Amino acid sequence: MIALLIRDLRLAVRAGGGFGLGLAFFLIVIVLVPFGVGPEAAVLTRIAPGILWVAALLAALLSLDRIFALDFEDGSLALLATSPLPLEGVALVKALAHWITTGLPLTLAAPVLGFLLNLDGPAYPWLLASLALGTPALSMIGAFGAALTVGLRRGGLLLSLLVLPLYVPTLIFGAEVVRRGAEGMPVTTPLLMLAGITVGGFALLPFAAAAALRVNLR
Amino acid sequence: MLTVTDLACARGGVPVLSGVSFAVPAGGVLILRGPNGVGKTTLLRTLAGLQPALSGTVDFPEDQGAYASHADGVKATLTVTENLTFWAQVHGSRMPDDILATFDLETLRDRMAGTLSAGQKRRLGLARLGVIGRKVLFLDEPTVSLDAFSVRLFADFLRDRHLAQGGLAVIATHIDLGIDAPELDLTPFKAGPQTTGGSDEAFL
Repeated sequence: MIALLIRDLRLAVRAGGGFGLGLAFFLIVIVLVPFGVGPEAAVLTRIAPGILWVAALLAALLSLDRIFALDFEDGSLALLATSPLPLEGVALVKALAHWITTGLPLTLAAPVLGFLLNLDGPAYPWLLASLALGTPALSMIGAFGAALTVGLRRGGLLLSLLVLPLYVPTLIFGAEVVRRGAEGMPVTTPLLMLAGITVGGFALLPFAAAAALRVNLR
Repeated sequence: MLTVTDLACARGGVPVLSGVSFAVPAGGVLILRGPNGVGKTTLLRTLAGLQPALSGTVDFPEDQGAYASHADGVKATLTVTENLTFWAQVHGSRMPDDILATFDLETLRDRMAGTLSAGQKRRLGLARLGVIGRKVLFLDEPTVSLDAFSVRLFADFLRDRHLAQGGLAVIATHIDLGIDAPELDLTPFKAGPQTTGGSDEAFL
């Protein structure tokens, strides 16, 4: 499983792997927002938590269809299915690799971009915490969606439609953590809910994703 | 030892083959013959466990099956060695030192697989079979895009390494591999009238 993780990370970083794509998208969206809503600092401060979370979510969405599609096309997935690795483990590792190449860079870049949106000072640690806790769920839910749509032509579009509604709870609680953090209110409840979604997703979705892969490999 | 009893398999929900029975002893090879579309690939995928059989049983030592088709999972942005090492690690086996020489890949060891020719890539895909240490191989047209020399390399690998160590193989191929092996023509096992189209995929 570690070999698979290392291979996926290596593939992502090498030419054509799409590493940095989500990060660049995140950056551009955040830079565009002040152009759209105007330079009023008070307005930006108010919408910053929501915008940061929505942009991170869309950036994570961007590379989801690559999780399984490339391996499906070149036959690797069929070979992995007949290997000693359980498909559940493959799904888990692939979600993890997606998070390391997408969610983790987004999390680390978010404070810098929060500055562009005039995010309130006390919110920074909570922005970092909520993204660190919430983006793994985005990758795991996304991996499940990618497993469902893997053999389909233009599956990417369908994948977005399937996955975005599933992202709603993560978005609500993630943005709520940052908003409460900015206003100095207690953040425990949304933070625990966010952690619950992530932990629950990682516990259940590898099995769902593996089942979907098995059907799509037939 | 591979035993197949009264196997029926389907492709996209349509029954393709039925009543297939054969046995391959350790060290043996079975060549599958038949015109395009008769169900060679479907049979091999069913044997490898990638799709469920409609009925019948497939019996071989657990965790010993390996499937290989023209889509051989070679990653263009990994080097030849990295590709092989990955499959060895996944299967928890060690890469034999001479596997690159066996498939004439030694001079290419640090080349990105994406820069290889079709035949070289194919040889790399076949070399995977030598590193995963599986005894029961299901090979779907393993010699596509190989020249006569490479076909001989592959036949030598199969005979001298795989079969000699007690492995066995079921191979669908249209050419003569130069291996002395029984052949099974799948045409008589064709199931029912052929229906085409009408699948749900047309709507997507």
